[in-house]
Amino acid sequence: MSLAALLVLADGRFPAGGHAHSGGAEAACKAGRIHDAATLAEFCRGRLHTSGLVAAGLAAAAAHGLDPAELDTAADARTPPPALRLAARRLGRQLLRAARATWPAAELDALAAAFPRGAHQPVVLGVTARAAGLGPLDAAHVAAYESVSGPATATVRLLGLDPFEASAVLAGLAPELDAVSGRAASAALLARHEGLEALPASSSPLLDIAAQAHAEWPVRLFAS
Amino acid sequence: MHLDHGDSYPHRHTHSAEPVRADGTRRALRVGLGGPVGSGKTATVAALCRALRAELSMAVVTNDIYTREDAEFLLREAVLPPERIAAVETGACPHTAIRDDISANLEAVEELEENVGPLDLILVESGGDNLTATFSRGLVDAQIFVIDVAGGDDIPRKGGPGVTTADLLIVNKTDLAPHVGSDLDRMARDAAEQRGDLPVAFQSLRGPEGVAPVADWVRARIAAWAVR
Repeated sequence: MSLAALLVLADGRFPAGGHAHSGGAEAACKAGRIHDAATLAEFCRGRLHTSGLVAAGLAAAAAHGLDPAELDTAADARTPPPALRLAARRLGRQLLRAARATWPAAELDALAAAFPRGAHQPVVLGVTARAAGLGPLDAAHVAAYESVSGPATATVRLLGLDPFEASAVLAGLAPELDAVSGRAASAALLARHEGLEALPASSSPLLDIAAQAHAEWPVRLFAS
Repeated sequence: MHLDHGDSYPHRHTHSAEPVRADGTRRALRVGLGGPVGSGKTATVAALCRALRAELSMAVVTNDIYTREDAEFLLREAVLPPERIAAVETGACPHTAIRDDISANLEAVEELEENVGPLDLILVESGGDNLTATFSRGLVDAQIFVIDVAGGDDIPRKGGPGVTTADLLIVNKTDLAPHVGSDLDRMARDAAEQRGDLPVAFQSLRGPEGVAPVADWVRARIAAWAVR
């Protein structure tokens, strides 16, 4: 694996559309559940251990080379709200465009042909990691990190939260990010032999409900 | 795996960046409109739609800061059928969506071409932003920067990427100049100094000419596009 390739893929400036999504932070800020660095940390911790873990598992499995179509179905099953399925497919398609330009690969072309409306973002992320010469644990790390870096950046914009505090929140979560990534990668390895049921399937009902409600807001800053 | 490509950029994935697609059809010309909040971008887009919709197959992408306001204005004004207007959400960063990460806007223009195409012209309107906001060349073929006389007649002198490099600079609301003490001659001199040979249009949408000079500029762009 190439550490530098991992940095390119994980860079928040990688042009894959993520900047327009808050990962549920906009709804949580509006509801008052996030109002400072401490509550941002709690929100991120919850997201990391639920949808972050699920995304990391899917990404790691895709990076192992498991069938993207089956993984996409598994992602649907783990993503109840239609709004989040739509957002995940949009982000998947946007990531795929950036990935094909950045790390051209037949596997990415095949994925684009099979999913003209987009596959779930973590699945695309895993295939992208393969194309970039990265492994399943790397893919899991990127997915896990994205599950918290998006909300942290969005909160800086939404609340005017001190950006240094937001960075400190992310740094404070580092040990848990490593642990979640490791768990996801182990599950993906298990899934190779035992089937996709071995992948994590945790969920946060409040994130799901808030995301569906957010999609109906007439006025909002973020797409999700 | 896949790390050693003989050819670094086998094809562009802003794929519609090429004027003619693989199947020989020509994609729509894309014109971006940027500029500060309240300078009249949406009003100019609406006027362009009314002026050109009879002769060109058109669509509009809006990039609201808060979503859908501009799209809804265009819908209310019924300048185009609703399926020809798409709104993109920008996560509080309109300049990011038109320059640093153009993913969502590229999808919007491509979806419009798929759903209502073939199109001759797509106008991509940025959310109101600052004087440094410019469009990526991966997203648009030409860009218009819209400022207005009420924002201060020193804006052309201040320059900045929008004023200096846009393919067309519109100085809007010239009818207000006497009321806000803006010196149009000075604005024209400053703009010429910043822009060299690049054109400047002084526009009053309430005046007899309205959007006509800008519409002519777009027509010339379309004509040049058709032979590329």
